[in-house]
Amino acid sequence: MIREETEIAVVGGGLVGTSVAWGLARLGKRVTVLDEGDNAYRASRGNFALVWVQSKGLGMAPYAAWTVRSSNAWARLASSLNDETGIEVAHQRPGGLTLSLSDAEHERRVAQMQRLHNQSDMIRYPYEVLDHAQTGKLLPDIGPQVAGSIYCPLDGHVNSLKLFRALHAALAARGGSYRPNRPVETITSSSGAFVLSGPWGELAASKIVLAAGIGNARLGPQVGLNAPVRPQRGQIIVTEKARSFLPYPLVTVRQTDEGGVMIGDSVEETGFENVVTLPVIASMADRAVRMFPMLAGLNVVRTWSALRVMSQDGFPIYDQSVTHPGAFLATCHSGVTLAPNHAFDIATQIAAGRLADDLFPYSARRFHVPQAA
Amino acid sequence: MFRRLPDATGDTVAFTIDGKRAQAYASDTVAAALLWAGVDHCRTTPVSGAKRAPYCMMGVCFECLVTIDGVGNRQACLIPVRDGMRVETQRGARAIAEES
Repeated sequence: MIREETEIAVVGGGLVGTSVAWGLARLGKRVTVLDEGDNAYRASRGNFALVWVQSKGLGMAPYAAWTVRSSNAWARLASSLNDETGIEVAHQRPGGLTLSLSDAEHERRVAQMQRLHNQSDMIRYPYEVLDHAQTGKLLPDIGPQVAGSIYCPLDGHVNSLKLFRALHAALAARGGSYRPNRPVETITSSSGAFVLSGPWGELAASKIVLAAGIGNARLGPQVGLNAPVRPQRGQIIVTEKARSFLPYPLVTVRQTDEGGVMIGDSVEETGFENVVTLPVIASMADRAVRMFPMLAGLNVVRTWSALRVMSQDGFPIYDQSVTHPGAFLATCHSGVTLAPNHAFDIATQIAAGRLADDLFPYSARRFHVPQAA
Repeated sequence: MFRRLPDATGDTVAFTIDGKRAQAYASDTVAAALLWAGVDHCRTTPVSGAKRAPYCMMGVCFECLVTIDGVGNRQACLIPVRDGMRVETQRGARAIAEES
């Protein structure tokens, strides 16, 4: 049995866990990341790689500001990772669009944006509602069925696999320790120290950060934290690499830095079933071809599905334990967009021992009955 | 580089490689025809720009991608060469729309 010690243990080696762990290592903290193996449900390897702002925050306006903050910090994250690892994560922020394929869909999306921006505590940021002709000026290859679009200059995208690799490399370069195949089963604490254990052995730490995605639902309650999250499936298609044709990322279609076209991403409540289903893939492909008819000539090289980590209201959970001081929890389904906030803000606060007051809205206490009633 | 087996026979077809005229047996695949014509690489990769040539000759490795009659990324080893066919080697990623 292994028995090790560290200063801060991060449970979960996905984008959220490695972002926080790298941030902590940059502050000089001794960090160990405990991760599952390659058979883990790993949203970080299946995501759509948008750095997305528009449409986020309806029902929780502070989340819009949190997202804008991260979007604004993304260039700094990309250059820091490049400085520390030499890995270029291909972050681009040309602005992004949401295309609609009927007038009704367009009107529904515009109304939703108006409701979002009418919230009293909503951060102000620019966006434009474009008709077919205006959309065509940005995207000359759209098909006749495109009714209109919403453009927001804060939106962007990245190569999320390179991001994932860069975070791991940067963590290692900063002396952080990454331990795969170490699933955590139980967490105990006594006199200000935590012990995380599994079939591999145990790790003692003075602070812990639970960033285990869906696994947080099981681990949180062991240290007085609550993370009611569920898996939500999304399917993605990727085509062969093609010459650049799409200068802006769309919420459901984007061309990667290497030329492949990604088409996503469904929203399905199917539990832990991470398989691909033909009717969903066919409908996604059909919508993409109606947006850009020329896509019909491209070969599909892969399809996959992954499981989003979804809370009841869709917003992140950031929390610190009252009963077990030193235990923190972070979970969200936007690990790419929010990576800068996790690496720079959340890590700094955890290092200081306390989450900032402006993160209070993200506590899972919001799901308690008196709050919700 | 490559020689025909001594018993190779059959009708010949005429096609073009990057606009230059070439000949092959009607029973050849496009990949075999390219190799016989002495083409030492049929494309460069989209990411690193490295040269690639037909390799597995059985549809598995996707190294032999070429543009055939305007359509990019065709697997040359799975397509019989035909009279009048227009074969173009590729530099980097294919175009999405048909090339004229």
